[in-house]
Amino acid sequence: MTDRFKPTDEKDVEALVAYALAEKTPLELWSGGSKRSIGRPPQTEYGVDLSALSGINDYDPAELVLTAKAATPLAEIETLLEENNQMLAFEPADLGPLLGEEAGKGTLAGLYGTNFAGSRRLQAGAVRDHALGIRAVSGRGEIFKSGGRVMKNVTGYDLTKGLSGSWGTLAVLTELTFKTLPKPETATTLVVHGLTPETAAIAMAAAMGSSSEVSGAAHLPADVAGGFGVDGLGAGATVMRLEGFGPSVEARAGMLAEVLRPFGLAERLDAPTTATLWRAISCARPFAADTSLPLWRISVAPTDGPAVAAAVKAQAPGAKAIFDWAGGLVWLMLPGGDPMVEAVRGAVAEAGGGHATLIRADAGTRAAVPVFQPQPAALANLARRLKDQFDPAGILNPGRMGR
Amino acid sequence: MSGLVMPPSDAEVLARRDEIVAALRAIVPGEGVISDDAEMRVYETDGLTAYRQVPFVVVLPETVDQVARVLRYCHDNGVKVVPRGAGTSLSGGALPLADGVLMSMMKFNRVLDIDFDNRVAVVQPGVTNLGITRAVEHRGFYYAPDPSSQIACSIGGNVAENAGGVHCLKYGLTTNNVLGVELVTIEGEVVRIGGRHLDAEGYDLLGLVVGSEGMLGVVTEVTVRLLKQPDTARAILIGFPTNDDAGTCVADVIGAGIIPGGMEMMDRPAIHAAEDFVHAGYPLDVEALLIVELDGPKAEVDHLLERVGAIAKANNAAHIRVSETEAERLSFWAGRKAAFPAVGRISPDYMCMDGTIPRKALPHVLTRMQEMAASYGLGVANVFHAGDGNLHPLILYDANIPGDLDKAEDFGADILKLCVEVGGVLTGEHGVGVEKRDLMGEMFNGVDMDHQIRVKCAFDAKQLLNPGKVFPTLNSCAELGRMHVHKGQMPFPDIPRF
Ligand SMILES: Cc1cc2nc3c(=O)[nH]c(=O)nc-3n(C[C@H](O)[C@H](O)[C@H](O)COP(=O)(O)OP(=O)(O)OC[C@H]3O[C@@H](n4cnc5c(N)ncnc54)[C@H](O)[C@@H]3O)c2cc1C
Repeated sequence: MTDRFKPTDEKDVEALVAYALAEKTPLELWSGGSKRSIGRPPQTEYGVDLSALSGINDYDPAELVLTAKAATPLAEIETLLEENNQMLAFEPADLGPLLGEEAGKGTLAGLYGTNFAGSRRLQAGAVRDHALGIRAVSGRGEIFKSGGRVMKNVTGYDLTKGLSGSWGTLAVLTELTFKTLPKPETATTLVVHGLTPETAAIAMAAAMGSSSEVSGAAHLPADVAGGFGVDGLGAGATVMRLEGFGPSVEARAGMLAEVLRPFGLAERLDAPTTATLWRAISCARPFAADTSLPLWRISVAPTDGPAVAAAVKAQAPGAKAIFDWAGGLVWLMLPGGDPMVEAVRGAVAEAGGGHATLIRADAGTRAAVPVFQPQPAALANLARRLKDQFDPAGILNPGRMGR
Repeated sequence: MSGLVMPPSDAEVLARRDEIVAALRAIVPGEGVISDDAEMRVYETDGLTAYRQVPFVVVLPETVDQVARVLRYCHDNGVKVVPRGAGTSLSGGALPLADGVLMSMMKFNRVLDIDFDNRVAVVQPGVTNLGITRAVEHRGFYYAPDPSSQIACSIGGNVAENAGGVHCLKYGLTTNNVLGVELVTIEGEVVRIGGRHLDAEGYDLLGLVVGSEGMLGVVTEVTVRLLKQPDTARAILIGFPTNDDAGTCVADVIGAGIIPGGMEMMDRPAIHAAEDFVHAGYPLDVEALLIVELDGPKAEVDHLLERVGAIAKANNAAHIRVSETEAERLSFWAGRKAAFPAVGRISPDYMCMDGTIPRKALPHVLTRMQEMAASYGLGVANVFHAGDGNLHPLILYDANIPGDLDKAEDFGADILKLCVEVGGVLTGEHGVGVEKRDLMGEMFNGVDMDHQIRVKCAFDAKQLLNPGKVFPTLNSCAELGRMHVHKGQMPFPDIPRF
């Protein structure tokens, strides 16, 4: 890369894309840059630092809606929401430290572009489920918008969802509108100690299938349980979070303890400890300790999580796993430099399907193996056609998602 | 309606009808192809009965392979296709074309798999919305999005329209409750998008397909999320002396961090029509009525009923009644649920609109709507999903009075323009279809719409699937594909570089 641009507004972005189109020169895009090392390394001459497209345009707590420029730091948004006792309910996770970056670099566009939600995803939906509207410049150099600022909207195709998780390969986001929600009054966590991942998955399925409205369910095996900043989880912990109004949380904690009784006695964590714990779970904290080891983020049906981890471990005994989303989200860290692509994707296919993303690996590996789950031909064909429609010249983050 | 222009019929296709019917019969044998005019008449309209068109031919495939072969045949022969579920669309999404194959998906009516451990069900698209809940309720589960039409409408139609309902305030719309689909493209390719796992990686094609109004592909299988039924549900009925008070109460409830299982509002004309019809026990001396349902564990419901009651009192509530029994809760809802037929009794015809507005604009919009009604000389009754600002104004008219339908349509368009003007949108859950098609320009400029149509081009470059819906003009994909590259200027002067 020889040159970096730093556009300051949407017009600049439009001019920049027009320039890149005319010169047929691809662009690498980033906002905070916290996740720049995910995906195939870019082979572009120009880099675009979008971080100047920052600032909250409009926040209306009564309407539960916030509009901000795309690269607004998450930290700024969360501070403002906190002041109004609100939150982004999908629970943004700060993945920077996992990738060897400092904490707090994440932006709104980064969240949207990756669609990586935290632990509450299980109950509250993904990042894309909370996005209400966008403004963007497509790879055709045209400014367009989609969606709006209201909760319910089926006017035209839902490009607001369609562009989520597209890693900057379809359009340059310039503005985003998100739904916000009131923060729960209180929270608690129930902990059951010493379960195997297989038993934990059954316990979590029972909890999710009860009416106790669990807003986070994770299994933290013994070999990682010490890394979440909460004492006493050492023997391996299966943790479940309840949030809401005081009397409700109390009632549900009783209900959930009953459901979990066959699996062991449940211990309770208080609200502050709960907050610490789930922040650490959402960003797979223990795996930030050694950023040289390959790390996978795997999504499968919740009951399939343990089998996937076990299959990989059979081939790589030192592999470690964290199970979030009731077992459906597996963070899997391998013991050596080899990302074991075949073994991991084979295990996912064997278990019944899903996807495995190689979140962390050195640039050489990322250039050599598919970081994102390869798609069946028919699906890949549609995805390629969509890319061709939005970015026909292939100038936006080319190759990042493998195409 | 009045001035609706559909894509011109293809004379060559019309001339080849016998041959096309024979080809379809070769793919779908027996009763699966209907070509008799009288028999096809049941398909001539959907829930938007002002528009009618007898289809070119009707097919009712039973297998995915048949769907794929029919679509591939149509693609190769340049024949348009209109997918259809139960035909309850209120925006004319399933309106047939004179030269288009109408593909009914109602023979796809099986629940394929129920996976309680992972809380998902895999169903065929012709299963009714309520049918899903019926299949899982014995274990205390349900499918949350609940359009009022849920006894009849199909899950395939729900996916195509991104249907909503009372529960969506708390539990999300169709798009938030669908994990995967199997889709057959117009080229006959079978594509699986998503599955039992969350947040399938790659472009969010699922997000695009949900709400695409049958224009991107035919949905042949749907994987939905199941939820555990709440232990308790109770409702509170609140009457207000003014719309303002009711509107503020809605905002205050949400502002207090309470997301009710449902929060519905009715205005005076709707209250009276409903009460006359079902005798739900609604107070008649109020301007606005709010039904707030709270669901969850008993302790939570009791706690929140108290809080909502207090908020209502602080907003001058004139009437407050809390349901003490299940029968009473259902009676609160009876009036709301019967609001459409109730309005049907007081007016020969009515038209149901579907805009969404920011909650705070509610009083203003209601006042403006009454003013407009007066100037058009038509009545309007309002029921709406107040919690998420989704209005359903029912415009009262008489199709037998010359000019009344036109007036009603103009009034409807004015209401939707007003919704956009106050920061809202044209449709919250019923879809654009043909009904709001020509109003799309109120919300989107040409470039915005072209980017939506480009999605269409990625899936259906010949634009054979359900053309004439959603977009006022469907620019050809070849035209849209052209790049207009101007000699780029190196943006040195304005953009800092390092
Ligand atoms: C009395 C009444 C009350 C209603 N209440 C609500 C409500 O509360 N909330 C709400 O959201 N809607 C409501 N509706 C509207 C309607 O029921 C919904 O839009 C519903 O989702 C339509 O489903 P359907 O099976 O009838 O689809 P259809 O009307 O048959 O078709 C609708 C659209 O879906 C497409 N389609 C259907 N099946 C498929 C498939 N398998 N693959 C691809 N495309 C397909 C069609 O091409 C068409 O564009 C109501 C309608 C009525 C008549």
